[in-house]
Amino acid sequence: MKQTKTKDHAAMAEAFIKDEERVDWHDGALWYIREKRDIASKKIPEWEQLREAASMIKNNVISNLHEYLLQFEANLKKNGITVHWAADAEEHNAIVYAILKAKEITQMVKSKSMLTEECQLNEYLEERGISVINSDLGEYIQQIDNEPPSHIVLPCIHKRKEEIGELFHKHLGTEKGLSDPTQLTRVARKHLRNEFLSRRVALTGVNFAVAETGEYVVCTNEGNADMGAHLSEVQIASMGIEKLIPQKNHLSVFLRLLARSATGQPITIYSSHYKKPREGQEMHLILVDAGRTRQLGRADFRDSLKCIKCGSCMNTCPVYRKSGGLSYQNTISGPIGAILAPNLDMKMHADLPFASTLCGSCSNVCPVKINIHEQLYKWRQVIVKEGYAANTKALGMKTMAWTLSSPNSFNTAGRAGRWVLQNIPFVVNNKLNPWYKQRDMPEGSGQSFAEWYQKNGENNKEDLK
Amino acid sequence: MTSREKILEAVLNNQPDLSPLPDISMFKGNHNNVVQKYMDVFRSIGGKTFLVENLDEVNALITEHFDINKRVITTLTDLSDRFELISATVDPHLYEDVELAIINAHFSVAENGAVWLTEDLMGQRIIPYICQHLAVVINAEKIVPTLHEAYDIIGLGNYGFGGFIGGPSKTADIEQALVLGAHGPLTMTVFILK
Repeated sequence: MKQTKTKDHAAMAEAFIKDEERVDWHDGALWYIREKRDIASKKIPEWEQLREAASMIKNNVISNLHEYLLQFEANLKKNGITVHWAADAEEHNAIVYAILKAKEITQMVKSKSMLTEECQLNEYLEERGISVINSDLGEYIQQIDNEPPSHIVLPCIHKRKEEIGELFHKHLGTEKGLSDPTQLTRVARKHLRNEFLSRRVALTGVNFAVAETGEYVVCTNEGNADMGAHLSEVQIASMGIEKLIPQKNHLSVFLRLLARSATGQPITIYSSHYKKPREGQEMHLILVDAGRTRQLGRADFRDSLKCIKCGSCMNTCPVYRKSGGLSYQNTISGPIGAILAPNLDMKMHADLPFASTLCGSCSNVCPVKINIHEQLYKWRQVIVKEGYAANTKALGMKTMAWTLSSPNSFNTAGRAGRWVLQNIPFVVNNKLNPWYKQRDMPEGSGQSFAEWYQKNGENNKEDLK
Repeated sequence: MTSREKILEAVLNNQPDLSPLPDISMFKGNHNNVVQKYMDVFRSIGGKTFLVENLDEVNALITEHFDINKRVITTLTDLSDRFELISATVDPHLYEDVELAIINAHFSVAENGAVWLTEDLMGQRIIPYICQHLAVVINAEKIVPTLHEAYDIIGLGNYGFGGFIGGPSKTADIEQALVLGAHGPLTMTVFILK
């Protein structure tokens, strides 16, 4: 069996936070997007009712998923789309490979799909001699840099334009030092246009799949999904089984919420409804489980399957903004990633639910009202109970529980702490104390409030009257 | 057991008790001033709009604003004496050098600027995505306030492919700097027939 090791979020973030200027810039860039979301949502008086409706529709989906899957499958077939089922990443990848192999095709173009990132499809296909090119600009940049996306909507949000210019210089032969976003985008446009024109297979993700009609909707701003799909002989769509919605008119609720929550746009530029293959084209759709049915069975965590992947919880999260998406070491990062990842591998991702201040901002912006911060708190309990918490955290929590359980131990601990801070601060102001990293310890006060009150409270009682 | 059976069984075992669907019929937009609202929103997302009396005006504006010496294609038979009619049957790759495509849309949506197109109006599915510039003609009375009215019109839909298009293609993947013209058209113009 594969030996997994718990990945420490703070350690993973270390490289990113070394550069303080970059952290501030990253923090500001994401907060700017959060503000755009606020402005867009405030223009819709019924915003909160829309969130409630979206949440209820998704609650219905997860409670009736079996029925909707059967209905969707039947309608897909009626529409002439071949349906595949994949229990896990490996099976998903094998299905894609078999489709390509049957046609003896060795090149594929792929638009944004977090599911295929999760399945590591590119790596799987490349090992078998198939070249895959990511057509979303951000994903393309991450691909040529050999890095996973750091944000589900903005894959290279952590990169500076100069770094992207350097990558383009190396891979696309642009002039050294070129870093103007418009010029770089034009170069990528030209390069990728040739790929769209020459590749015979296009794979897309799925934003929403309509059970009632057997069609699926793909949302992009760049037009890359459509450029790939409409020029292809074979079109493949990969989707997690939770992406279903019951009825066509439910799209009105979700499309009103999605782009406004994600980037503050009123709608993505392209919302494409794929229903039937065009003349002479083959269409395949792969329904993927890969841990989703397991999450469905976890009563405390199944609501995470309502996610529509807008990324707003990342943009608002103080920890995400200051640690960068790559520190989560999971395809879906940020608060939503931290409640999805432990389901996939509890040991490896045991640290993620702790990478949060539990401030609740994520839950407040979520367009489908997932109680993200409460689930983070619940995962912590599960992880400690299952014995996956890091030793320092488990020990710390045990000590805390003991300290808080009796007034005597609390008072003693408080006195000891203040004495240390006042008399021997070097004991805590050193590298051995993880809390001291990038923080200054406070000067200890002479007494606690309880001690002060005991001394002064009685004397001052008369004055307070 | 096949993966299909395994997944369906796990779903059936793990899904919670049925939770009812909400009523969404109360979501309705305001029809007042939708033409102006549409134009304001569409311009704010980088599109151009012209309110016109007839197709002659469209013709004149196209000559004025686009390079018509390059390849211009259309599905509008009224413009076919000047421009090439789109063929629904040729290889879509042959449209890679199109400068401007002029097509009709079913309707547009005031709250987000998007037009609704199905493949019959596109000529071919690839057309509104592969052209360098996209021009769309709509009737002013076909503008609806929100997506709720839009999906009332679309219904279940009898198309193979349909899409909302809300402006020129764009990206902000490089340092959040907005660039119009990612992979799709560099510009999008909507002519609104009064």
